[in-house]
Amino acid sequence: MRFSRGLKDGLPISLGYIPVAFAYAIRAIDEGFPPWFPVLVSATNFTGTGQFLGTDLIAAGASLAVLLATMLIINIRYLLMSISLAQKLGGKTPLWQRIVLSFGVTDENFAVAVRQPQKLTFSYLIGVMSCSFCGWLGGTALGAACSSLLSAVLTGETGALYYEIIMSAFNISLYAMFVAIIIPPSREDFHVLLLVVSSVALSCVFYFVPLLQNLPDGLDIIICSVVCTVIVALIFPHVPEEFRDTPQTENDSPAAHSQNDGKGEIQ
Amino acid sequence: MTLSDMLIGCAVMFAVTYICKALGLLFVKKQIKNTFVQSFLYYLPYSVLAVMVFPAILFSTTYIWSGIAGTLIALILAYFRRGLLVVSLASIATVFLVEQIIALL
Repeated sequence: MRFSRGLKDGLPISLGYIPVAFAYAIRAIDEGFPPWFPVLVSATNFTGTGQFLGTDLIAAGASLAVLLATMLIINIRYLLMSISLAQKLGGKTPLWQRIVLSFGVTDENFAVAVRQPQKLTFSYLIGVMSCSFCGWLGGTALGAACSSLLSAVLTGETGALYYEIIMSAFNISLYAMFVAIIIPPSREDFHVLLLVVSSVALSCVFYFVPLLQNLPDGLDIIICSVVCTVIVALIFPHVPEEFRDTPQTENDSPAAHSQNDGKGEIQ
Repeated sequence: MTLSDMLIGCAVMFAVTYICKALGLLFVKKQIKNTFVQSFLYYLPYSVLAVMVFPAILFSTTYIWSGIAGTLIALILAYFRRGLLVVSLASIATVFLVEQIIALL
């Protein structure tokens, strides 16, 4: 699993990130932040939903305790993705590589990485992550630069209307990207489809039932996803490919052998 | 918002996000053999994303109709296995067009 292969797999994510990151920067500046702020947040956080939510909270003057709790709830899913990636990475990867890779754990990078049938290597993952990170950071910088341009060009009543439409259109981009991640596997695996449908149903209950609407943002995500996943995992156990017969999978992938720039990367 | 509000806020966001991302990779080194845990980890991301997207995607835009239109386009294109970028740009374009039509009415 080479670096170049990682770059190639990371490219669609990177391009998908650009409009989302662009929208993030525009929104942050719209809320009154200076242009460098969204760029700083994108450079240090590298997470879509967490950044949107955190930036909104800072803008609203929320306390640090609320900010901390909210970020914890919205990001706790990364813990599970991180455990899952650790499983696919194998135990021999050096600590410094794990420290670096941790930064690049995002929903999309994770989704692409777990789709690989063989064990993951550091160079492949760093390829995917560096490529998508460039898109994320570049998109944010572009949004920060264009925001002042947009508001300067789009003046008057018609301009303000167009500004609002552009903002509104960019708001959907993150969600659309997630749709593109969950639908194809739902077509192939009936159990995943069942899980997605039940998750959506439970999510709608939490969204529309008045009593449940008062839950803090992020908590509903945890409750719905954990409940649905536990039920589906109990009824339809799924042992991922790579756990069934590791040596066999390795023999099937000559790319894993051509990798030679790290001791821990070949099992 | 003062400068220190922004910097401290950003530092808190970074710390929490990084810790969540790193805990598993840094400390879970043994292979998990338990079938339930393996299944749970396999299914979870799909569920988290599904919960995050629906029904919030419908209300992510200024008008519900543009949200519905953008969602439908995303669903159709994703069903035919289009990539992340195509799906994302197509639904942005759809929302943009629908809201322009709404503005004209």
